[in-house]
Amino acid sequence: MFKNLLPNKILNINNNFFNHLIILVIFILFIGIIFGLFLSPPDYIQGDSVRIMYVHVPSSFIALGCFAFIGAVSILCLIFKIKFLPLVGKSLAPTGIIFTLVSIFTGSLWGKPTWGTWWVWDARLTSMVILLFFYLAYIFTWQFVSNFEKANKISSIIGIIGLLNLPVIKYSVEWWNTLHQPSSITLTSAPTIHHTMLLPLIIMLVGMLVYSFTIFLMKYKTELIKIKLKKNIK
Amino acid sequence: MLSKKVKSRIFILISSLTASAIIIFLVLRSLEENVVYFFSPSEIIKKSNISLNKKIRVGGLVKEGSIEKKEKNVNFIITDLKNEIFVSYAGLVPNLFSEGKGVIAEGKLKDKKYFLADKILAKHDENYMPPEVSDVLDKSD
Repeated sequence: MFKNLLPNKILNINNNFFNHLIILVIFILFIGIIFGLFLSPPDYIQGDSVRIMYVHVPSSFIALGCFAFIGAVSILCLIFKIKFLPLVGKSLAPTGIIFTLVSIFTGSLWGKPTWGTWWVWDARLTSMVILLFFYLAYIFTWQFVSNFEKANKISSIIGIIGLLNLPVIKYSVEWWNTLHQPSSITLTSAPTIHHTMLLPLIIMLVGMLVYSFTIFLMKYKTELIKIKLKKNIK
Repeated sequence: MLSKKVKSRIFILISSLTASAIIIFLVLRSLEENVVYFFSPSEIIKKSNISLNKKIRVGGLVKEGSIEKKEKNVNFIITDLKNEIFVSYAGLVPNLFSEGKGVIAEGKLKDKKYFLADKILAKHDENYMPPEVSDVLDKSD
């Protein structure tokens, strides 16, 4: 996997490839929206607000997934001195924070008609806000610490501490009483979502994953070019 | 293979990660009272030092057949299938508030069996299905 992230390989990707990926994303999301808004049934108690879930769940998944990668990259950055690796984490962060915000926003939108409140400070919602702050700290470090080595060190420590928050988010709904419901899709048992609703969810997840991957590649390539330009000027 | 420097970095990292994980675990453990969003009726009965003046939340299922509506007043029973607590509330309830479904009431205890709520939240479970499927399930029950 790491071989494919080597600067030479990334810098060789031409813009046509990105265009193809973007067309693919639009295509998948279009199908996902058709299923999510028109072909899937309303829920037996929530009614049509269940459709918010088709954006909310993939967003949360990607928000956590991006940070898991950032955490892993941070660990490797502190142990080995690999030149291009910090840029991987740096390029993942914007996608992660955007989807954290989307997750919180759509969740709030769903909470009002379902729970009867926009927001509560239960363990799941609070730990998600903490994730948002970790993303902010991580991004600000790269933004405002001008020395690359220093920024790498600080951001890696933030990434690693933030990594410990991920299991807290994931299991918050099982460890404590929360307003947020437990996961419907788990590795150990059959999903508690009817298959007509699972289908749009999976299509949207695939679409949003490919989207995140595309944005990451584009951002990563940009970062590599920036570094290369800096070196040339010196 | 790995140089001495790299090995020592791995060692420091693993030990500090383990240490922070243990610290987080202990902190969350001791804060449990504050982390939980609500107590079940059984937990309320078990608690010895419960304050009647402090705002707390009680959660569980709305007992079947227990909802009584009189004008703006709503009375019902929250159950966790072991213990029950009687809830009295005046105001609007969320649309999803119904018998047999999850609910969280915020307010103050009058005593361990009687709760005066000033806010009601509906708790949704992890089941999602179309109405037809739910009807079929209800019939087979």
